[in-house]
Amino acid sequence: MTTVEKGNVIAVMGDYKNADKVTAAAKGIHAAGYTKFDIYTPYPVHGLEKAMGMPKTSLPKFALAGGLFGLASAFALQYWTGGIEYKLNIGGKPLFAPQFGVPVFFELMVLCTGLTVFFTMFGYLNRLPNWHSKYQYDAGFQAATDDNFCVVLEADDPRFTIETAQALLTKLGADNVRVVHETIEQD
Amino acid sequence: MAMEAKEQVATATAGYSNGTTLNGYHDSPSAKPVREPLVLGNKTIHQITEDICGVAEQKATPKFWAALLASILVAGAGIGALTYTIAVGIGVWGLNNTIGWGWDITNFVFWVGIGHAGTLISAVLFLFRQKWRTAINRSAEAMTIFAVINAAVFVLTHTGRPWLDYWLLPYPNQMKMWVNFRSPLEWDVFAVSTYFTISLLFWFTGLVPDLASLRNRAKTKLAKAGYTVFSLGWTGSTRNWHHYEFAYMIFAGLSTPLVLSVHSIVSFDFAVSILPGWHTTIFPPYFVAGAIFSGFAMVLTLMLVAREILDLHDYITLKHIDNMNKIILATGMIVGYAYAMEMFIAYYSGNPYERFVFFNRAFGDYAWSYWMMVTCNVISPQFFWNAKLRRNVWFTFVLSIFVNIGMWFERFTIISTSLHHGYLPSSWHYYTPTWVEITIFIGTFGLFMVFFLLFAKYLPIIALGEVKSIMPGAQPSHHHHDDHGEHGDYYNTGHYAESNDVQAKH
Repeated sequence: MTTVEKGNVIAVMGDYKNADKVTAAAKGIHAAGYTKFDIYTPYPVHGLEKAMGMPKTSLPKFALAGGLFGLASAFALQYWTGGIEYKLNIGGKPLFAPQFGVPVFFELMVLCTGLTVFFTMFGYLNRLPNWHSKYQYDAGFQAATDDNFCVVLEADDPRFTIETAQALLTKLGADNVRVVHETIEQD
Repeated sequence: MAMEAKEQVATATAGYSNGTTLNGYHDSPSAKPVREPLVLGNKTIHQITEDICGVAEQKATPKFWAALLASILVAGAGIGALTYTIAVGIGVWGLNNTIGWGWDITNFVFWVGIGHAGTLISAVLFLFRQKWRTAINRSAEAMTIFAVINAAVFVLTHTGRPWLDYWLLPYPNQMKMWVNFRSPLEWDVFAVSTYFTISLLFWFTGLVPDLASLRNRAKTKLAKAGYTVFSLGWTGSTRNWHHYEFAYMIFAGLSTPLVLSVHSIVSFDFAVSILPGWHTTIFPPYFVAGAIFSGFAMVLTLMLVAREILDLHDYITLKHIDNMNKIILATGMIVGYAYAMEMFIAYYSGNPYERFVFFNRAFGDYAWSYWMMVTCNVISPQFFWNAKLRRNVWFTFVLSIFVNIGMWFERFTIISTSLHHGYLPSSWHYYTPTWVEITIFIGTFGLFMVFFLLFAKYLPIIALGEVKSIMPGAQPSHHHHDDHGEHGDYYNTGHYAESNDVQAKH
């Protein structure tokens, strides 16, 4: 597999080596009015998403919905099967009672919450799996899973010009400020 | 010892100068009494990647293949005995009309219990902001999953006709029958399967960013493909971390009550019955404490071996072992208290059947099992009052095995002694397992080791991203308010390690 660099500029990137500087940079980029930018980090940096101006995650709402769905299904399942569909007298115990339903209420609630959170977080909010990133040939970008904090100003941003983006990152103290071109794979 | 300590300081200082600026962050001039660091050796973030990915990237040694082969053989023997059981029927076990639950349910409860430490470390300690968990949570979570698989082996076989196990689930069928939700055994189906699913999701969620690290370093095509697929294309984007962190917290919040519920529900299998010796309200907390107790012992047994073989001394330090031993001591005493309280309540109830069962438990046919349990679970952890012994690797290893044995005997004692002398003396009986049951049980250890070895070889055995995030200076300095405690300003004081840590390293 060979890769060929094509002309299109897709981003300007810069590297940082510590959490304080990258947080300050995030604030600076946000203040400059950029919206299409991202910071790739080896581990979650506390407060970075706030510095970037990201809204709160909507995940808790999904989690709550999943939990309520699980609870309701557990109730419906036990009530309908035991109390309506298949009335079986076992030792004179009631056909349905909330007391004996508690373990299954709880377990199905947890199960549905967990599954919802997992698929919502990865699949819906983060759009994964996505096995190709247009930046993946950039060494600094790759090193974000090691020890690099890689700031990416995307070319899609309405404010983006190569010069202003470079100037901004340089001003914010980024190392190795670089223009990144689209890469096409060829066999 | 002093010499070695000096050497360590020297290398640490050298590492400091060529490290990234990350380590220079604790520049407050106050040199207060310090806490022990969580990771030794003054590592940079890059070194952590190298060390931990290195474990997965190095070529498998002959030792590894030998261990894997041995485990496969042991597991194979177990699978053989299991196949024999399924082909012939559970009549090949030593069970009889009086004793309908023997090693099968003992082993089921034993293995489910082992799993509890993993969830406790990954979820409960996370919610309590116990940063030391990051060194051990990944492997402990893996053990949870493998242990629950083993538990399932027993509980699914003991039904007698395992090919009909789907009857355990409520599904519309041509018999127009539904499962009985009034039975604790049915609650168990939901509890254990939920526990397995949530543990797996939690573990996998934690793995994704670390698999991405391995993916970006992979040299061979096969490794690259494997890590690529399972890392889901994770890039480390802050826009992803943002949701990810919240999901992680929800998982921890879910798993915490879940882990308490699972062993409580397992204990309902006994407590909801009317059998003296089982019908006690103390069972849920008693079982949960016992599960954590045995789970930590098993985590220690395996981690101490992995620490030696994979050279993880800088990550799994004596501080971790010390902390885990404290939990063993605490839960061991809860268990000991429960044994005493059971006896007292049996006496205080005035119920002759209850009194008989407990007298019989301690002095009857199975007294050997009872006293084995008391010795291993109540007496042996008392050594951990001594700080030196808590930090002694060999002592901890031996003691953790004692605890494993003791906790197995606890379940065996509860099950056999309560069943073998029931209300009707004419049906009193004794139970001894056959070679089939013994082989299956030993086989599950082989299976456990097969899974664990493969995990240790091909996956990041230490939670890479999480360890990085708790390194000094890894978080922005304005966040110090929630960082206090676990790491102090040790880089400036030179007290980066205790001398006995250094000794253990060499």
